[in-house]
Amino acid sequence: MCDILIETRDLKKYFNTSRGLLHAVDGVNLTINKGNTLGVVGESGCGKSTLGRLVLRLLEPTEGKIYYDGQCISNYSRSKMDKMRTKMQIIFQDPNASLNPRMTISEIIAEPIKVCKTIRDSRERDKKVSELMDTVGLAKRFINSYPHEMDGGRRQRIGVARALALDPEFIVCDEPVSALDVSIQAQILNLLMDLQDERRLSYMFVTHDLSVVKHISDEIMVMYLGQCVERTSSDELFLNPIHPYTQALLAAIPVPDLITARNSKRINIRGEVTSPIDPKPGCRFSARCPYATEECTGEDIMLKEVSPGHWVACTRCK
Amino acid sequence: MEDAILNINDLYVEYVTDDARIFAVNGLDLVLFKGETLGLVGETGAGKTTTALSVMQLLPERTGVIKKGSIKLDGVEITKATENKMRGIRGDNVSMVFQDPMTSLNPTITVGEQIAEVLVLHKKYSTKAEIDNRVDEIMKMVRLQPERKNEYPHQLSGGMKQRIVIAIALACEPKLLLADEPTTALDVTIQAQVLELMRELKEKINTSMILITHDLGIVAQACDKVAIMYAGEIIEGGTVEDIFLAKNHHPYTVGLFNSIPNLTSKASRLQPIAGLMPDPTDLPSGCNFSTRCPNCMEICKEKKPPKFIRNGHMIRCHLFNKSFAGEEDHSCVIY
Repeated sequence: MCDILIETRDLKKYFNTSRGLLHAVDGVNLTINKGNTLGVVGESGCGKSTLGRLVLRLLEPTEGKIYYDGQCISNYSRSKMDKMRTKMQIIFQDPNASLNPRMTISEIIAEPIKVCKTIRDSRERDKKVSELMDTVGLAKRFINSYPHEMDGGRRQRIGVARALALDPEFIVCDEPVSALDVSIQAQILNLLMDLQDERRLSYMFVTHDLSVVKHISDEIMVMYLGQCVERTSSDELFLNPIHPYTQALLAAIPVPDLITARNSKRINIRGEVTSPIDPKPGCRFSARCPYATEECTGEDIMLKEVSPGHWVACTRCK
Repeated sequence: MEDAILNINDLYVEYVTDDARIFAVNGLDLVLFKGETLGLVGETGAGKTTTALSVMQLLPERTGVIKKGSIKLDGVEITKATENKMRGIRGDNVSMVFQDPMTSLNPTITVGEQIAEVLVLHKKYSTKAEIDNRVDEIMKMVRLQPERKNEYPHQLSGGMKQRIVIAIALACEPKLLLADEPTTALDVTIQAQVLELMRELKEKINTSMILITHDLGIVAQACDKVAIMYAGEIIEGGTVEDIFLAKNHHPYTVGLFNSIPNLTSKASRLQPIAGLMPDPTDLPSGCNFSTRCPNCMEICKEKKPPKFIRNGHMIRCHLFNKSFAGEEDHSCVIY
């Protein structure tokens, strides 16, 4: 009995653009254990959402393999994949854009059940829908409401209920709380964590918010321009960040604590993210890195295990 | 209060539509002195942006109405100023940085021309060469290469566009800058750069600033004073030390802090505030926060809490009383 639920090997996704090949995801290896959460962090354009969609095969990878519970699902046929989808679901970022404005709440939540035909009896299905609404804390009176009648927090609860409708084992959460206010954000994060405990769900939690990711994740992967630059346990990453990009990212978070804010010496990294179209070989962060040397350009940098379970892709780690 | 740049007194703003009256700002008092940065914090719908728009006199025509109160900008009452006069004040004495740099620039005009536009409007320079010089100077000030002034907004990244918006706002060296969530649309590393830049520029030209944000981390870093808004009122205000270090807080402030995941300690669960912000068309009688407050008492549902002030730290809650405030001393208050 293996404990690994999701594994990818050398996963790549290139998009064809008029200016060249856009390397959105470039050789990512990841594993997610059953009942655990992998946090994926990075700035916009680093390929974190693309990675989330690749793992679910909502996008076809250019290269690389995806394993689910030990089986390689990357060449599953469409019908076989449809069956797999009952086990893997996604919660989208923007609850305003991801719900059909012409469907009622109960129709939205019941849709995956209808599509996958897991419950054929309509009365059973209605029962399931009201159970789901209960689970995510939506009052029964909303059952015939439309998404526009609800606020952002409730809409995101609908998104969560829809993802749970097929009793999945694995959920990709693509920035599920970014569009919400802090007090509502905390409610949704608590809900997701409670559901994980109850149902032993595995999450891949994609976000740009480092404090959220620390709160919810067991393991964290930091991405920069399509590549994983550092991967380790959540506590280790915050105590001992090694990659210069991770360090800069952590230093850039505004801390809601006056003493820390005043005492910390901020290392601001200069410049902006370089283009992901036809990137030069070598470390992709080297253009902004304060420690960059000649060694950093030329050859791609591989992830190295610097201490048990702590992987870093940097020439400074021997 | 002679040297106050901005003095808002008992401001009430409503949005009137055919179906409803929305009470957006309900009795707001605010004083800001020269060179100070005030953080205006609150959730979506708290009335932060409405407050800023009232100061700019840019409330949506006909729907947005200032019902009561006064706004004095550098001693000049602006609630009754004519549109013509406001045109002279806007961009010159007070300017605003809007939240989304992607939509606040004109996509059909080069960024250089957009910076020059304010200078021409306020007749700061007479010749074209002088204006060109000043545009180059401002571009350098926000750390952009002057050569890029001939580019259009779509050719620049989000961080660069926000720098252009800041450049436009600061072109005439205003006395007051209103920054409405200037970094919300940006990534953290770019956000850090923009905040650093704004702090430097503010010191250089000694403007006062109101920084509207929902991120308490940004407030801790960038502000001198803080006002926490809830349902159109300031429910707690004071210096950053009062808000971040003092013991006594409004229950809403406590809830706000407990909702943020902490980076240094590992709490297993967040303690969010239960429920939602009250409907601004139908505010509860008594304290606006009473419907969500864990410490709600009978009096909270009936009577609006007065302001309790100690050494400039203001809390608007029935949990506190005269003994917190010491003697009622209204002369030394900030709010």
